Amino acid sequence: MAAAEEGVDLRKELAEALKKSRALLCYECGKCSGVCPVARFDRSFSPRSLLVRAVRGEDATLIEDVNVWSCLTCKLCDTRCPAAIDYGLLTKSVRAFVRHEGGEGMCTHGGAVHALTRIMTSKELEQDRLGWVDDSLKISKKGDTLFFVGCAPYFDVVFSETGAKTLDSAKGAIRLLNAAGVEPMLLPNERCCGHDLLWNGDVENFRMLAQQNLAMIEESGAKRVVVSCPEGYATMKVDYPNHFGDLGFEVVHLTELLAGEIEEGNLEFEGDGETTVTFQDPCRLGRHMGIYDAPRAIISALPGVELIDMQRSRERGICCGVGGWMNCTSFSKMIQATRLREAKSTGASVLVTACPKCEIHLKCALKEQMLRDELQIEVRDLWELAASRLA
Amino acid sequence: MPNKDEKKAGAPSKEDQPAAKPRKKKSVLWREIPEPRAGAARREDADRGDGGFEPRIVAFACNWCSYPAADAAGISKLQYPPNARIIRVMCAGRVHPGFVLRALELGADGVLVSGCHFEDCHYLFGARRAAEQFEKVAEIVRMLGIGPERVRYEQISAAEAPKFARVMHEFVEEIKKIGPSPLAGTAEGELEVPDAVGEERT
Repeated sequence: MAAAEEGVDLRKELAEALKKSRALLCYECGKCSGVCPVARFDRSFSPRSLLVRAVRGEDATLIEDVNVWSCLTCKLCDTRCPAAIDYGLLTKSVRAFVRHEGGEGMCTHGGAVHALTRIMTSKELEQDRLGWVDDSLKISKKGDTLFFVGCAPYFDVVFSETGAKTLDSAKGAIRLLNAAGVEPMLLPNERCCGHDLLWNGDVENFRMLAQQNLAMIEESGAKRVVVSCPEGYATMKVDYPNHFGDLGFEVVHLTELLAGEIEEGNLEFEGDGETTVTFQDPCRLGRHMGIYDAPRAIISALPGVELIDMQRSRERGICCGVGGWMNCTSFSKMIQATRLREAKSTGASVLVTACPKCEIHLKCALKEQMLRDELQIEVRDLWELAASRLA
Repeated sequence: MPNKDEKKAGAPSKEDQPAAKPRKKKSVLWREIPEPRAGAARREDADRGDGGFEPRIVAFACNWCSYPAADAAGISKLQYPPNARIIRVMCAGRVHPGFVLRALELGADGVLVSGCHFEDCHYLFGARRAAEQFEKVAEIVRMLGIGPERVRYEQISAAEAPKFARVMHEFVEEIKKIGPSPLAGTAEGELEVPDAVGEERT
């Protein structure tokens, strides 16, 4: 069956990952902990301590440590590490090992999202997840391009209280594709990409989800898969080939596709008054995948919209506070409040983000009335914003 | 034997393409989707239709209304099917969508959330909260396609023992009709529940 269960020694894999991630080259300068957005507020958390214990093989302390799950996997430490250590790979491997040994993090939202994604591993599922596709969206049955919707239909329900409308984002993404002359296919029975399970060490269930998605994409005959969610994009572009080799199709992020179309003059927007916005770089899109300019090109193409970057933007951008629906704490709230204040300090009235999770988390932080009254800033999704300005 | 397998696997790609072979070898991995681990036996029971299928139901019952109602149903010797494993919660508003999904994931065939009538709520707002939370999970279950009938929300006050018994009858009948959950037996840890009520107590 799945590799994680039989025959694979996770301890050996961890040792392998320590080598591969260059963790053994750590000389304990502590820059990772200095720059870590979690460590800034939570004194008990330190990426360096995690690394050192993993290198020393202090398994017992790792298994019991709740902080194994506190890392946002935002990779900010990666950018500062003078030894170029891959903390992402390290954290992923440590978590897979710790989960195998019985350690578990604190799932947020009652574990609803994790349960949901694990339910999706079932082969017999026949989902009814495209109820939101109305006549205004042009979808084709057969074609070269497939749009991978991601978890938006489910997030829209689970996180309705935060006011995040993730379906508006998915609809906006398809409208933008249509405007660029693309009528994408959709998978009626698409599974979660498996991102959250993978980053929480549940490799076995991640593989089951990935396999089903890959089988469905192959069946659809798509040559290009467009993803709007940065996490889905990073997972399909990096983790799927890592696990399953050549996929046989191209994975494109919507920002790249649209930025290309804008450059060629195929996509035009109309003005709707003057607005100043700032952009929250999603960690998966930015530091994980290196896409910084494409979303900015899209925002700049909107007439009347001025983009002012925050002091900490691009590769220095700060995460939205929670990664993989794990360990949402008061520290997450502090990270979010700081980030929102930083956004406001640019003078922007709208904070634009390209990730449904950033949107959910930052809107959730703004539910706190004191913060909302103080900042008076709006959080909007890039696709929803751009689609509302389509000419 | 290996020849046969090769022929099957090699059907789409003809033998005269040696260059493409090493790449294909890797990607073939994901075509072998693993089978669900267990649970097929329960489905067979249901297919036989001889009453072999006994639904496993998880019922979240509010401490102030539905749980006493279940108690009163017992005291009054009202008969109802013993398929439900009742979990007492202090308020049905505490039953987060995650709880219901977790029960389904672990193989429950149906989940009942039973709380107070809106105006009776011990905590004033909890019953409405329960309804809101249930609305979410009902929508998720509908989208997942595992049958919207598998989740049910009821308002049963402490004085409504007969209603509790009736709801149990109806729910169990309905689940028997639609059969075992497609998720039964696919999860990591099967739902560990006693076979009969009272056999195991914590």
